Amino acid sequence: MTWVVIGVVGAATMAFKASGPVLLGRRELPPRVTSVVEVLAPAMLAALVVTQTFGGDRELVLDERLAGVLVGGVAVWLRAPLIVVMVLAAAAAALIRLL
Amino acid sequence: MGAASAAPTAFSPGSVEAVQASRLRDGVRAGLPLALAPLLFGASFGLLAIDGGLGRAGAVVMSATTFAGSAQFAAASILDDGGGALAAIVAAVLLNARYVPLSLAVAPIFPGSRRRRFLESQLIVDESWALSGRSGRFDYSILAGVGILLYALWVGGTALGTVVGDLLDPEAIGLDAAFPALFLALLAPYLRTRRALVTALVAGTITIVLLPFAPPGVPIVAAALAALIGLRR
Repeated sequence: MTWVVIGVVGAATMAFKASGPVLLGRRELPPRVTSVVEVLAPAMLAALVVTQTFGGDRELVLDERLAGVLVGGVAVWLRAPLIVVMVLAAAAAALIRLL
Repeated sequence: MGAASAAPTAFSPGSVEAVQASRLRDGVRAGLPLALAPLLFGASFGLLAIDGGLGRAGAVVMSATTFAGSAQFAAASILDDGGGALAAIVAAVLLNARYVPLSLAVAPIFPGSRRRRFLESQLIVDESWALSGRSGRFDYSILAGVGILLYALWVGGTALGTVVGDLLDPEAIGLDAAFPALFLALLAPYLRTRRALVTALVAGTITIVLLPFAPPGVPIVAAALAALIGLRR
């Protein structure tokens, strides 16, 4: 049965990832569709930030990740490079876990 | 004089490929700051997959075909807890449904035939997708370069984890907080326009409201609906 799981999950994920480039391709889209696709990026990034900061199994989790993201947010505000943002966020979460 | 007369050969056939290869290398380089995470998380997945009964080959095949951390962890831990194949499939498929909106957003950057677009679209993961949009427009060479790097480390890390087990607990060094911070950093440049700011706020609100109730994966898909704000003039 585990191979059924591997096969179905793999096939579904490959189809999800391919949906845009295979179905839409480089086709010109109507302007109204383009304006929706344009704001998909900020929408999905915001959703990723929230799920990866607070996500649990059907619950909101407040833990060390939030402290890390807050420190990372300050670094973003100060226009720190990406790697600095990530290292500061990780260090903050790791330090609080140590305490 | 000699240099000037030699110059045209630099643009002889083959240089297009050379330029593409160097842009791909730039893309790989853009992914290097993220390199530790897929290796460590991959090894953790390999270990969990063995406990969940996927076997060594199963673990590596799953990483090579699914190539999406959260869904793989969910499926393997459900199998490990004796939750059954159907529950594992439903959880993993829901978690990966977000790849439909992510894929639609980057669709126009993929070149070539339909077959090539299908294969290369498999390099889309949250991190390669997000980094490729860091300049405000999606960039193919960054998505492909970061995607190839993360793919190799994820599959390699998984294989390593099935043999030697956990390398180092990613949470002990705070890697689970580094990624939401990365996505926040990549979100920031979009927030200069009012429309994107409102969309991000609505998407974040939808996600946080649904997180306590909906199965994992559903809140983030629902958040994609915030993009309908783009329809407003």
